[in-house]
Amino acid sequence: MSVFVITYFGLLIATSCAAAYWNQRGPFLTLFSLTLVSFVLGIVGGAGALRFVAIAAGMIAFAAGISYAFREFLVLITSHNLSKEIKTAPLTASFGMFVIFTYAVAGIFAPWIAPYGESEVISSAFAPADENMLLGADQLGRDMFSRIIYGARNTVGLALLATVAAFLMGAFAGLLAATKGGWFDQVLGRIADIIMSIPSLIFALLMLSIFGPQVIVIIVAVAIIYAPRVFRLTRAVAGNVVVMDYIEAAKLRGEKTWYLIRREILPNSTAPLIAEFGLEFCFVFLLVAGLSFLGLGVQPPTADWGSMVRENATLISFGEITPLIPAAAIALLTVAVNFVVDWMLFRSSGLKEQ
Amino acid sequence: MADKKKSVLLEIKDLKIEGYTGEEWVPIIKGVDLTLHKGEVMGLIGESGAGKSTIGAAAMGYARDGTRISGGSIEFDGMELTTASESERRALRGKRIAYVAQSAAASFNPAHKIIDQHTEAPLHYRIQKRLEAQEDAMELYERLRLPNPKEIGFRYPHQVSGGQLQRAMTAMAMACRPDLIIFDEPTTALDVTTQIEVLAAIRDIVDQFDTAAIYITHDLAVVAQMADTIKVLLKGDEVEEAPTEEMLSNPKEDYTKSLWAVRSFQRPQKARPKDATPLISVQNVDAAYTGGVKVLDDVSFDIYEGMTVAVVGESGSGKSTTARVITGLLPPSNGQVLFKGEPLPASYLDRSKDQLRQSQMIYQMADTALNPKVRIADIIGRPAQFYSGLEGAALKARVDELLDLIELEPSQYYNRYPPELSGGQKQRIGIARALAAEPTFIICDEVTSALDQLVAEGILRLLDRLQNELNLAYMFITHDLATVRSIADEVVVMQHGKVVEQGPKDVMFKPPHHPYTDLLLSSVPEMDPNWLTTLLEERGVDNVGESADV
Amino acid sequence: MGDILSLVLKRLGYGLITLLVISVIIFFMVELLPGDIAQAVLGQGATEENLAALREQMGLNDPAPVRYFEWLLGAIQGDFGASIISGERVSSVIGERFMNTLFLAAYAAVIAVPFAITLGIIVALLRNTLFDRVANVLTLTSISSPEFFLGYILILYFSVKWGMFPAIASLSQDMTIMELLERTFLPALTLVLVVTAHMMRMTRAAIINLLASPYIEMARLKGTPPWKVIVRHALPNAWAPIINVVALNLAYLITGVVLVEVVFVYPGIGQALVDAVSKRDFPIVQACCLIFAGTFILLNLAADVGAILTNPRLRHPK
Repeated sequence: MSVFVITYFGLLIATSCAAAYWNQRGPFLTLFSLTLVSFVLGIVGGAGALRFVAIAAGMIAFAAGISYAFREFLVLITSHNLSKEIKTAPLTASFGMFVIFTYAVAGIFAPWIAPYGESEVISSAFAPADENMLLGADQLGRDMFSRIIYGARNTVGLALLATVAAFLMGAFAGLLAATKGGWFDQVLGRIADIIMSIPSLIFALLMLSIFGPQVIVIIVAVAIIYAPRVFRLTRAVAGNVVVMDYIEAAKLRGEKTWYLIRREILPNSTAPLIAEFGLEFCFVFLLVAGLSFLGLGVQPPTADWGSMVRENATLISFGEITPLIPAAAIALLTVAVNFVVDWMLFRSSGLKEQ
Repeated sequence: MADKKKSVLLEIKDLKIEGYTGEEWVPIIKGVDLTLHKGEVMGLIGESGAGKSTIGAAAMGYARDGTRISGGSIEFDGMELTTASESERRALRGKRIAYVAQSAAASFNPAHKIIDQHTEAPLHYRIQKRLEAQEDAMELYERLRLPNPKEIGFRYPHQVSGGQLQRAMTAMAMACRPDLIIFDEPTTALDVTTQIEVLAAIRDIVDQFDTAAIYITHDLAVVAQMADTIKVLLKGDEVEEAPTEEMLSNPKEDYTKSLWAVRSFQRPQKARPKDATPLISVQNVDAAYTGGVKVLDDVSFDIYEGMTVAVVGESGSGKSTTARVITGLLPPSNGQVLFKGEPLPASYLDRSKDQLRQSQMIYQMADTALNPKVRIADIIGRPAQFYSGLEGAALKARVDELLDLIELEPSQYYNRYPPELSGGQKQRIGIARALAAEPTFIICDEVTSALDQLVAEGILRLLDRLQNELNLAYMFITHDLATVRSIADEVVVMQHGKVVEQGPKDVMFKPPHHPYTDLLLSSVPEMDPNWLTTLLEERGVDNVGESADV
Repeated sequence: MGDILSLVLKRLGYGLITLLVISVIIFFMVELLPGDIAQAVLGQGATEENLAALREQMGLNDPAPVRYFEWLLGAIQGDFGASIISGERVSSVIGERFMNTLFLAAYAAVIAVPFAITLGIIVALLRNTLFDRVANVLTLTSISSPEFFLGYILILYFSVKWGMFPAIASLSQDMTIMELLERTFLPALTLVLVVTAHMMRMTRAAIINLLASPYIEMARLKGTPPWKVIVRHALPNAWAPIINVVALNLAYLITGVVLVEVVFVYPGIGQALVDAVSKRDFPIVQACCLIFAGTFILLNLAADVGAILTNPRLRHPK
C-alpha cells in the first residue's frame, strides 16, 4: 500500500462522510459510488488505474473551479441584463465561454504569445521537449507550441470566415424565402434539398479536386455546402414569424419586403439564429479540420491543426501524445461551442423539455 | 340533482401548487379548498391562468411535468393522495377517477383502435374480460348516442369526427364506472352546434350513473347547464362558491358580478342611409385556396358608411376567408369588391397606398397581432409615418392623440413593449394602430373572443364610441351572438362558404329564420340553467344525435 | 392502401430525380475546370499536339451533353470509364474497395444502432437526472471530436500501449471472419463512438418530444403503469422518428468512413477517393462521389418510406 493509495481512499471516504453529514445527497452518492468503484479498480488495475482516476477527477475539479470563477467574473463585468442571464448558465456553459475566450486571445495575439515563428526551423526533426520548446519539435524541427498558437489563428479564423459566408448566404435566402413565399420559396427549397443530399465531406472533396486546395476555394465550398442548412433553419424560424398577424398587418399596410425582414422578422428570430451560428461553426470547423487532415485543406507551411496531426502521426506509434494535442485543441473548441449552444438552446426553448 | 346529504367523495384543503419557470418555483395555486359529494357535479370556472385545469389534475393526485404540489391535502374517499405512493395513486386513475381532456383528437393514441384504448383500463384492473369490456363499450357508445355504436369503436381516432371522438372519450372515462370524472374543457374545441350534442351526452351519462364530476370551463353558459355548484377561480385563488341557481341569480363578489353583468351593453341599431353608395360592396365572390377547394360560393353583401355589419358562422363557414378577399390577401376566383362604387384591385399588391389606408384590420389574438419586439410608440406611429409622412414632434403628438383616443395614458405606454401589457391593453393598441391610418372601414376579426367578458365589453364600448366620433364602418366577424346583439346593425349568416341569410339585426333575431340560422341561434348556450333541457325537449332528443356532425 | 402506395411512389420518383440532378452536378462540375481534363492531366507545359492527341483518346471532342449521357449510361452498368493516371478501369479500382467500406460501415452499424437506441431511450426516460446530464456532456464531447482524434487515441491505447488490436487495418483474401473482425475492430469502434453519440441525442430528443403528447398524459391518467405507457403508447408512434434517426446516422457513417479509412489505412473507397482527389484523377473522383451520394440518398429515401409505412394515419385511411 503506497502513500498515494492511502491518501486516495482516505480523502474519498472523508469527503463522502462530510457530504452525508451535511445532507448533500447528490455529492454523497457520487463520491461514495466512486469509492466503491475505486476498490474494484484498485484491485484490477493497481495504483496506476487509481492515479488515472485521481488525475481525471482533479482535472474535472480544476475545470469546474475555473468555470465557476469565470462565470462570476462575467457577471461582474457585464451589464445588468446580461449578467442576470449569465447567472443562470450551468458550469458547462461558462467552461465553454472560458475556452472560447482563451482561444480568441491566443488567436488574436499569436505573434506575441508564440516564442517562435510558425515556419521557423529551430532544431532537428521530432526533437523532444526542452526548456526552449514546451512541446518539442515537429517533423521539420519547428516549435510545436508556437505552431499550435498560430493554428488558433489560422484554423479557427478560416472556419469562422467560412461559417460567416455560409451564414450570410443561408440566412439572407431563408428570410427572403419566408417573406416572399410562392415559387421563389419553392425553388430555393428544392435547390437546398439537392445540395443537402450530397454528403458534405464528399461535396467538399469534389470541389477541391477540381479547383485545387486553396483557402478561397475552401471558403466558397463550405459556404455552398452549409448555406442550405442555415437556409432551412432560417426559413423555419422566419416561417413561424411570418404567419403572425403583425406581419399580415404590415403587408396590408403596403410595407416593402426589406422593411418586413429588417423591422418585423429579424428582431424575432435572433435568438435561434445565434444558436444556429454556433452549431454551424462546429460543423464547419470539423469539416475544415478533416480536409486539412486529409492534406486537402490549408497548405504548408501555414500552421494548421488538422495538417499538424497528419504530419506528426508517425509519432503515435512510438507512444507519443504530441500529435494528439492539435486534435485535442480542435475537440476542445468544438465542445466549448457546443456547451454554450446547448445552454442557449435550452434558454430559448424555455420549459418545453421539462 | 344536488343532494347534500350524500357523503363526501373528494375533499381538498388549502391546496398549493407551484410551477417551474426555468429559474424558480412560483405559486400557481394559492390555497384552494374544494369539497365534492358523491354524485355531485361541480363547475370550476375562471379565465386562462386561473389554475382550474391544474386543480383538476391535482384531484387525481397528478402534477403535470414542471409543476409540484407544495402544500395542503387532497383526500379522495378517505385516502390522502398527497402522501400516498405513486402506485397507490395510479391504482385510482382510470378506475375510480377518470379524465376527459380538451382535445380528444390529440388525446387518443393514433396507433390504436378506439375500442382498444377504451378497454385498456378495465382489462388492466381485471374488472372485465376483453369481450365483456367490448360489449360494455358498445353499450356506452349507444347511450352516448354515437352513430353505429357496434362498429365505431373499431375505427382509428383519425377516422372519427371531433364531436364523436369527444363522446367516445367520455365513454372511455366511464369504462370502469368511476366515482369521479374530471372534464377539462371538453367542448371548448368544438363548434356550437356540435357542442350541444356533446353537452347533452355528457350530462345524461353522468346523471344515469350518478357519477360525481368536476367540470372545468371558461364558458359560464355551459357550466350553468352542467353543474350543481359553481366555484369561481381567479389567478390561483378561489373567488366564491355557491349552488348554480344562487350563483347566477345572486353573485356576491364583485369579480363574479362583473362576469355575469357583461352582456348588458347594447347600442341602438342604425338603419341604412337612403340612396347612398355602399362603402364596401362584396359582389358575387367565389374563392378557392390552392388545391381548388372552393371556400366561398357567390357571396354578396354591402356595408354602408358608419354602420356595423356582423358576419356570423361556425368555423369553416368562410367568414374569415371573406375578410381575406376584401383585404386582397386572397384574390377571388370570381366576382369583385367595390369601394365607394369603384372596383378594388383583387390583390393587395396592386392596390394604391390610399386604398390600403382606407380599410384596416383588428385581429383576434392581440398577442400575435403586435410585434413583441417593437415599442408601442413605433407600432402606433408607423402607419402615421407611412401614410401621412409624419416625423419627429408631429409624429409624437399624433401617437399621444391616438393613445388618448383608446383611453390609455400616453406617457405610461409610449416606451413599453407589447409583452408587458394585458390582453385588453394589447387589443386597444391594435385598435390604435388601425386608427392611425385614418381609415373609413375596419374589419374586426373576432376581436373580443380571446378576452375576458368584462374587458371585452370595454372594447365593444370603445369601438362604438370611435364609430360615432370618426364615422367608421365595421365588419364584425364573430361566432358569438351576444356580441352581435350588442353592436351590430346588420347581420350576415354564413355556412359552408355561402351566405344563408342576411338583413337588419332586429329582423334577423326574430323568427321565422332560415333553418340554419335557427340551429345556430338556438345552439348558443344561455345562462339559464334550464336552457339545455328546454332546448332538447323542443328539438326532441333523437334529433340531436342524428344531426350533422362533421 | 392506395394513399400509401402513391406516397411511396412519389417519394421514390423524387429520390430518382434528385440522384439524376446530382449526377449532372458531379459531371458538369468537372467541366468547370480552367482549361479541360486534358490540360489538367498534362499540366501547363503540354504542347498542343499532345493535348489534341489526349483529347481524341479521351473522347473530349464530343459535346458535353453527349459525353454526360455516355458516362451516365456506363455508370448505370457499373462502368465509370478509366483512370486518367493509371489507365485502369475505375470499376476494378473501386469495386472491391466499395465492398470493404460497406463491410466496415455495417460492422459499426450493427454495434451502434441497437446500443445507441437503447441508451437514447433510457436517457430520455431518466431526463434531467444526474445520469442524463453526464450522458449529455459525454455525447457532446464525442460528437465534437474529429474522427481522427478518436481514431488516434484508440490506436495509442489499444494498439501501441496495450497491444490489444492492430493499428493498421490491412486486409487479405485468406483471412477468417474472426481475424477480419479483429483487424477492423478499431476503425469500427471509432465510427461506433461518433455515431452512437449522435444517435443517442437524436433518439432522446425524439422520445421526449413524443412523451409530451396529450395521449401519453391520457394514458398516465388512465392508470397505465409506466412501462406500459412506453411499450404500448409511445413505441408504436416512435418508429417513424427512430427510423429517421437511424437512417440519418447511417448516412453520417458514410462520410465519417472516409476519415477513419485514412487514419487506419483501410483499403476502402474513402481512401481511394482521397487519393484520387490529390492526384486529380477525375473519373475516380466522379465515380466515388456518385456512389457516396447515391447511398446517402438511398438511406434518406428508406427513412422517408419507413416513416410513411409506419404512420398509423396513413395505414388506416379514412
